[in-house]
Amino acid sequence: MAQSETISGGSIDTFPLLLLRHARQQGNRTAIREKDLGIWQSWTWGQVANEVRALACGLATQGFRRGMNLAIIGDNRPRLYWSFTAAQCLGGVPVPMYQDAVAQEMLFLLDNAEIEYAIVEDQEQVDKLLEILPQYPNLKHIFYDDPRGLRNYRQPQLMSYDRLREIGREFDRKDLGFFERAVGDVKPADTCVMLYTSGTTGKPKGVCHTHAGFIAAARGDVEFDGFNPSDEVLSYLPMAWVGDHLFSYAQALVAGFTVNCPESSETAMNDLREIGPTYYFAPPRVFENLLTTVMIRMDDASRIKRGLFHYFMGVAQRSGMQIMDRKPVPLLDRLLYFMGGLLIYGPLRNILGMSRIRVAYTGGAAIGPDLYRFYRSIGINLKQLYGQTETSVYVCKQPDGRAKLDSVGRPLPGVEIRIAGNGEVQVRTPGMLKEYYKRPDATAESISADGYFLTGDAGFFDADGDLKIIDRASDVGMLADDSIFAPQFIENKLKFFPYIKEAVCFGDRRDMVCAFINIDLQAVGNWAEKRNMPYTGYLDLTSRPEVYDLMLKCIAQVNADLAGEATLAGSQVKRFLILHKELDADDDELTRTRKVRRGFVAQKYAPLVDALYSGQSHCRIATEVKFEDGRRGTIEADIVIRDAKTNLYPARAA
Amino acid sequence: MTGQRKTGEVMLSVENIALSFGGVRALSDVSFDVREGEVRAIIGPNGAGKSSMLNVINGVYHPQQGNISFRGEMRHRMDPHRAAAQGIARTFQNIALFKGMTVLDNIMTGRNLKMRSSLFEQAIYIGRNRREELAHRAKVEEIIDFLQIEHIRKTPVGRLPYGLQKRVELARALAAEPTLLLLDEPMAGMNVEEKQDMCRFILDVNDEFGTTIVLIEHDMGVVMDICDRIVVLDYGRKIGDGTPDEIRNNKAVIDAYLGVSH
Repeated sequence: MAQSETISGGSIDTFPLLLLRHARQQGNRTAIREKDLGIWQSWTWGQVANEVRALACGLATQGFRRGMNLAIIGDNRPRLYWSFTAAQCLGGVPVPMYQDAVAQEMLFLLDNAEIEYAIVEDQEQVDKLLEILPQYPNLKHIFYDDPRGLRNYRQPQLMSYDRLREIGREFDRKDLGFFERAVGDVKPADTCVMLYTSGTTGKPKGVCHTHAGFIAAARGDVEFDGFNPSDEVLSYLPMAWVGDHLFSYAQALVAGFTVNCPESSETAMNDLREIGPTYYFAPPRVFENLLTTVMIRMDDASRIKRGLFHYFMGVAQRSGMQIMDRKPVPLLDRLLYFMGGLLIYGPLRNILGMSRIRVAYTGGAAIGPDLYRFYRSIGINLKQLYGQTETSVYVCKQPDGRAKLDSVGRPLPGVEIRIAGNGEVQVRTPGMLKEYYKRPDATAESISADGYFLTGDAGFFDADGDLKIIDRASDVGMLADDSIFAPQFIENKLKFFPYIKEAVCFGDRRDMVCAFINIDLQAVGNWAEKRNMPYTGYLDLTSRPEVYDLMLKCIAQVNADLAGEATLAGSQVKRFLILHKELDADDDELTRTRKVRRGFVAQKYAPLVDALYSGQSHCRIATEVKFEDGRRGTIEADIVIRDAKTNLYPARAA
Repeated sequence: MTGQRKTGEVMLSVENIALSFGGVRALSDVSFDVREGEVRAIIGPNGAGKSSMLNVINGVYHPQQGNISFRGEMRHRMDPHRAAAQGIARTFQNIALFKGMTVLDNIMTGRNLKMRSSLFEQAIYIGRNRREELAHRAKVEEIIDFLQIEHIRKTPVGRLPYGLQKRVELARALAAEPTLLLLDEPMAGMNVEEKQDMCRFILDVNDEFGTTIVLIEHDMGVVMDICDRIVVLDYGRKIGDGTPDEIRNNKAVIDAYLGVSH
């Protein structure tokens, strides 16, 4: 891969130098595009370098110095991406923030990062910053990209991006060597970016990365998948997310490929189709939304089209994944798949904007089997990866041809992984964070003495040497026979069935795993209607033997999956019941983000848990519920408990 | 957050307008003026003659009595074509768009009066017409960007939800680059969020393009918030005229329309 060696720039390890190198080596190639007023505008690497130079000089005239933090807030816009490099050129640290954060959340971040300078997209963000100005007077400069609506703003802190650039150009003409000197002073060990963790547990923490570390991670990715200057990506995920920073900033600067900024977040899917990226990265929910859109449109299609679609999707389910992984497939299926490619898969990939996709990645959450199979079977090379903000998302990736549904792949070159006694995955990676900003305590807590980052995820290596992530380490328990019990892993597997809305598994310090199931009223209701099965409502549906049979099938399949894994064979679901009411955040059974509050549920339904473990075949329970208008009532039900089908390891039922 | 709007000279004045349909008097002896750069509201109960007043201004109805003067030109009657050519654009209470055409094409129709090339040239799309069409498209794209409807550019209007259709109609009116914009209940039937968006757009249009706006609206909160001056009609007569504060305290208006404050 001689070309990618020269382009990814061997030993260069600061971002400003990478940009300047591209400007020299491929100055006339397109670096970035943005759709503006309906037309794709592009900038070459040479132009980008000029823009960054002017901007950096402009920032310097306003007093931005080495070591300062620059807040960057807005949608994915070329000028905001350039602001990252401009800050880095001066030895400063760009701090991207989520553009949809409300003023109060932003106040915490500004204060925590001691922000004095901010570059923002438009009036919306300016208004937010001006709103918190009285509480945070340290904010001295706000530069805005889009002047619309800001004509009558007279605040002394405000300046337009254009003006800043003009001032910068003037300064650059007067002090010619300044920019080169500044860039020369940037050291690989300097902090290159600060990314805030989402803060679902406690206050957000600023994760500081060094130029050397982040570039090493990006370079590892680029070499692993062979990205090169002819690749195209669409950047539409929040710039404050580490995924976007890696994919549309760091990897783009290392590999020198083209980044495309959509017109607005609503048009992203349309723009995707126009650009036809070759490389794509999205969390599972984006893939899910895309699939839903397709399915809805398919339902409205004519009967012939629908028939063709379902027939060839069947073919793809049978052989598509095998063909992609170059495994043997019967000749007839191969022919059918080829025909399907012409009639269905090709046009479908085109509609999805994925005709040219070479590699697509997903990560961040578990991906449903149907979803994963769908994309891979129609010929989109969708793979999974694993990593955190703290590790520059450089830990594990699935190699081509070895993609598996429930693993996150193997350690990337240069990454060392060990599994601690409690099942926690610990990682040493070139892309390791430098520190948490102003939080030596947190830094010490999450990096071990010998330099491993403690991910807090529990996982294990399977027989093929692929890493599987099962749960948060703090949620993982032990069964009575000392085998690992990962409730969320089992629950997720159950929830992938459309009929199951929520599941709660018990088993910590017990001799077997039992489960509460919440059916999905809509899915099970449809299922019942198709079978001409009359029912009066949720409660009635939950007590039907037919519904129990349906659940039994789902659980049997999950158990078969679990039985194939030495570590998890013991956690097959032995007994289960269907709850008579939906778990609800109003009754404190779920958090507002719809996560099960396991302890609370166990306590509230203690008689049911006891019944599961004492071998009874049914149990009577009365539950208090809160209605939406605040009234209270009770639901009484006699709940049936059934045994599930389990398997012996390693007997793997197909 | 916008600064104090500066309103200038009188741009439009209607004097002693009377309009009747057979025996029904829709408007009798109504006079008021609109100043350059202001947002002016016409309010009143159902059947007060608000829409009739707008129709008189842009010449759809011809009043039996009275004068309209627009930018110094005094007329007894307007007609819609001349009104449009002079820079008066409007939207309708019941959306009047071409349902089968895309958003983009609908907005392009707003540029029709500005097209200089002949029908024949337009049909074969060469030379002068091509350049012209590109320039118009550029202007239309600016408006699309301004009203944030990029994502529906190519969608047929009939498939859009009501709130967006209203926005497209505003876009078409803006495409004519009007100096005076008449909005007939721009926020009727919208939910709170859509109303807020629309308010912002109306203020932005006024602020950014300097367009003078006359609007009819029923939502008092909206009217009091965004308008500089308000005319109140009741049974075809003017019963109040002034700033939001003056209207709020006007006895006749309270009796007829606003109700007693609690």
